[in-house]
Amino acid sequence: MFEAIFLQFLNGLDKGSAYALIALGLTLVFGTLGVVNFAHGALFMLGAFCAVLFRQLITLETVTLDPTQLSPWGAPLEVREPLVQSWFGDFGAVLVNYSVPFSILLTIPVMLVIGILFERGIIKHFYKRPHAEQILVTFGLAIVAQEIIKSIFGANPIPQPMPEEARGAADIGVWLGMQANVITYPIWRLVYFLFAGVIIGGVFAFLQFTTFGMVVRAGMADRETVGLLGINIDRRFTIMFGLAAVVAGIAGVMYTPLLPPNYHMGMDFLVLSFVVVVVGGMGSLPGAVAAGFLLGILQSFASMTQVKAIVPGIDQVIIYLVAVVILLVRPRGLMGRRGVMEA
Amino acid sequence: MLAMPRKDVVLFLGFAAVVLAMPIWLQPFGAAYPDLLNRFAIFAIFAVGFNILFGLTGYLSFGHAAFFGVGSYAAVWSFKLLSMDALPALVFAIVVSGLFALAIGFLSLRRSGIYFSILTLAFAQMSYNLAYSVFTPITNGETGLQLSLNDSRVLDRMFSEPGPGLPSPTLLGTPLSGYVAFYFCAFFLIATFFIAQRVTGSPFGMMLKGIKSNQTRMNYTGVNTRPYTLAAFVISGMYAGLAGALLAITDPLAGAERMQWTASGEVVLMTILGGAGTLVGPVIGAWLIKYFENIFSAINDGILTQFWGFLPDGAQHTAVLISSKFVGEGWFLTLGLVFVLIVVFLPGGVMEGVRRIAALFRPNKPTPASAGTTASKPHPAE
Amino acid sequence: MSLPNVVLHVADVHKRFGGLHALADIDLQVEEGQTHAIIGPNGAGKSTLLNVIIGKLAPSSGQVVFEGTVLTGRKPYQINQLGIARVFQTPEIFADLSVLHNVMIPALAKRDGAFKLSMLRSLEHEHAVRAEAEHMLHDVGMHSAREDHAGSLSRGDKRRMELAMCLIQHPRLLLLDEPTAGMSRHDTNTTIELLKKIKSRGMTKVIIEHDMHVVFSLADKISVLAQGRIIADGTPDQVRGNPKVQEAYLGGTA
Repeated sequence: MFEAIFLQFLNGLDKGSAYALIALGLTLVFGTLGVVNFAHGALFMLGAFCAVLFRQLITLETVTLDPTQLSPWGAPLEVREPLVQSWFGDFGAVLVNYSVPFSILLTIPVMLVIGILFERGIIKHFYKRPHAEQILVTFGLAIVAQEIIKSIFGANPIPQPMPEEARGAADIGVWLGMQANVITYPIWRLVYFLFAGVIIGGVFAFLQFTTFGMVVRAGMADRETVGLLGINIDRRFTIMFGLAAVVAGIAGVMYTPLLPPNYHMGMDFLVLSFVVVVVGGMGSLPGAVAAGFLLGILQSFASMTQVKAIVPGIDQVIIYLVAVVILLVRPRGLMGRRGVMEA
Repeated sequence: MLAMPRKDVVLFLGFAAVVLAMPIWLQPFGAAYPDLLNRFAIFAIFAVGFNILFGLTGYLSFGHAAFFGVGSYAAVWSFKLLSMDALPALVFAIVVSGLFALAIGFLSLRRSGIYFSILTLAFAQMSYNLAYSVFTPITNGETGLQLSLNDSRVLDRMFSEPGPGLPSPTLLGTPLSGYVAFYFCAFFLIATFFIAQRVTGSPFGMMLKGIKSNQTRMNYTGVNTRPYTLAAFVISGMYAGLAGALLAITDPLAGAERMQWTASGEVVLMTILGGAGTLVGPVIGAWLIKYFENIFSAINDGILTQFWGFLPDGAQHTAVLISSKFVGEGWFLTLGLVFVLIVVFLPGGVMEGVRRIAALFRPNKPTPASAGTTASKPHPAE
Repeated sequence: MSLPNVVLHVADVHKRFGGLHALADIDLQVEEGQTHAIIGPNGAGKSTLLNVIIGKLAPSSGQVVFEGTVLTGRKPYQINQLGIARVFQTPEIFADLSVLHNVMIPALAKRDGAFKLSMLRSLEHEHAVRAEAEHMLHDVGMHSAREDHAGSLSRGDKRRMELAMCLIQHPRLLLLDEPTAGMSRHDTNTTIELLKKIKSRGMTKVIIEHDMHVVFSLADKISVLAQGRIIADGTPDQVRGNPKVQEAYLGGTA
């Protein structure tokens, strides 16, 4: 029994990590810019497609027909040569194997640019507008982003292979002194969890130990005063938005081996992430992270057959149910501050 | 109750005339066929109802598709169990969606702002997910709820023997197909428009506008806002149920995808595009979106090649390639772009655009306060 | 327990925030028909007291009684229904609506009380309410602006309209929270004139104010608040002559 519970706990971690990462960015944007960003899920999706694009680029091949060799049907044989291998040699093969983590290198600048364009182009005009209009314009942006991706990459999910070394399962039970094969856990999920931990830790450290982060935290606590101090908030807002976009983007990249990216994954995650943010408490970073893991794990438990036998369909609604209960009983969420967004 | 100010009577009669004449004036646009006309009427009802909540009280619901879906299911069940007549189906659908809205509204309206939006979204997503899983006996899951030969249809059987094949919806014996179906839907659009007009122009409507404008002042004015917002929520839920039922009447099938949050998003788009808080705005928004959806989705590369035919070959190819991304399957991209532009530049929607243009022609007249519009051009008092 | 002509009785109210004793031993009796001003330097606890009176803050001990009814724990709309109207420091108005509609809403709310479905008849047929609203706008000198957009009014006009919104409900007690805050000298003077005019209506008023000019031209009775305590109580002349007041307040600002 303990093993089963522990396993479900582990199973919830990877989804929880994704929720926590998206909710973290969502909260950063909300806390600093005061903007309710319905396009944040789309940023996650765009990140995932950076991985797709990267892989497509590095697996480009030159096709030459070799007239000296004939196929069994008598036609000249096609010789495919991956471009990366002709350029980089053996490193090319490594690159292809590790395409997902390597695509982060592409994702960071791309997401930064996209984030800055979003903020400078559209979002900044909405700081003073009502929340309803912020929701509407970012909702529109999300539609645009996902439709562009759909028209470029098509409507079908595009599976992304994980590095060969990460394909197996780790026998976590053995590490904990249990028998072999009691608790095994796919390595990539473990990687994702650790990766999420590093990113979350990085963001918190950045906010805690840099001057920039101090200003941002002060801004989250009291935006008006910081504005009055004559600090150039505008530029920081832009950077914050870019940073949130990068976090969402690389969260999306690393998630691709677990869930083949499709154009509407952003929306699927967004709805859940908003629920996560609200459960954690609007504007609270630790709340968002805690609620992300909590809900991921809860969802995992709700999908146990034993649980489903007692409450049919619970796995389908658990997150929303938690959100509804939290909002009605404790509207500020787990760690929210008073008076945020209550009007 | 029936006495109306002349301005309202003119608007109402004009609206009724425009709706009834749709099969005529839509002819040149190639949109005057019953299937599309039905959708014009049905989604206009949906948007008009949504506007009673969002436009008047300012509460942005992201879950209204749930009521639309429930209305469809209820109507199909009425066809299956009671009768193929449309009237019991409509009554049943309105009652069920109204009760559903009462329950969800009662809980969701305990919060306001984004919390309210998230609550409605959460309830709608729960309904959607459950429709696909636990409630399959009621919803028939992914296949969708359909008529079948073994349906009981108690009322119909009392009067006649079942004929061969699947029956189709009727109105007191007249089959609801073609233009009959359209005029049936049009009747409800006109009726619901009338009700919306009465609501907007009543003390009740003014209270709702007060709630949107300043909830604090409303409280210190001695108004418990909850019953008002709940009434608006239930009314708009019943409108959605009616629209869903009409869709099931014109095509007796109900699927869970009608409850998905994208469907909720669509009615928000319609209302904003036309102009939230205005009476005709949501109708115009619904018509525009359904019309262009129809046109744009039908455009293919062949048509585009013809359209860009005046360009030299290379440019033509590029033009076709680029523009093809915005039509057909890409229609939603166009919709999203238009929507972003509207929210950024014209938050009052088409109706605000019309007002701005009208204002250009009488530049010196100060704009009187028009209730419920987001446009507020400051001008000196006295 | 309170005398028949005492409308509002703040009885032995204490309010603590953590270690801070924001209000200590406040005992106030506001008599019918009087204009009672509560003054004091910034941070004296005026806003806290007002929030306790309107039920927004629960007192740590003691209670607030209005005409025999305890106010504590009631919601704002219930307090209004008892006959208390409130003017805010920053005018709380319906900025999206016309001036006339701003004044009609409170009138309708007063008439219909709770939610009723009979409210679905046409606004155009609310002749009585409309006439009353127009009359009230005349009284505050805003009639010519009745079709204007309320959000575009000047600060002083917003205040006048807000007063009309309160007066149309014929409250028995009117609470004014710094009614001239943030106003130009001109707007302040017109507001004082207006408040003097409505003084003759025999309505009880409580004014929270730090502007001495306003207070001494309007009040029948003044309570001086300093550091959460009432240090003086009496007619304007009595208060003016009180050395404690001069020390705590006038000395600092005059």
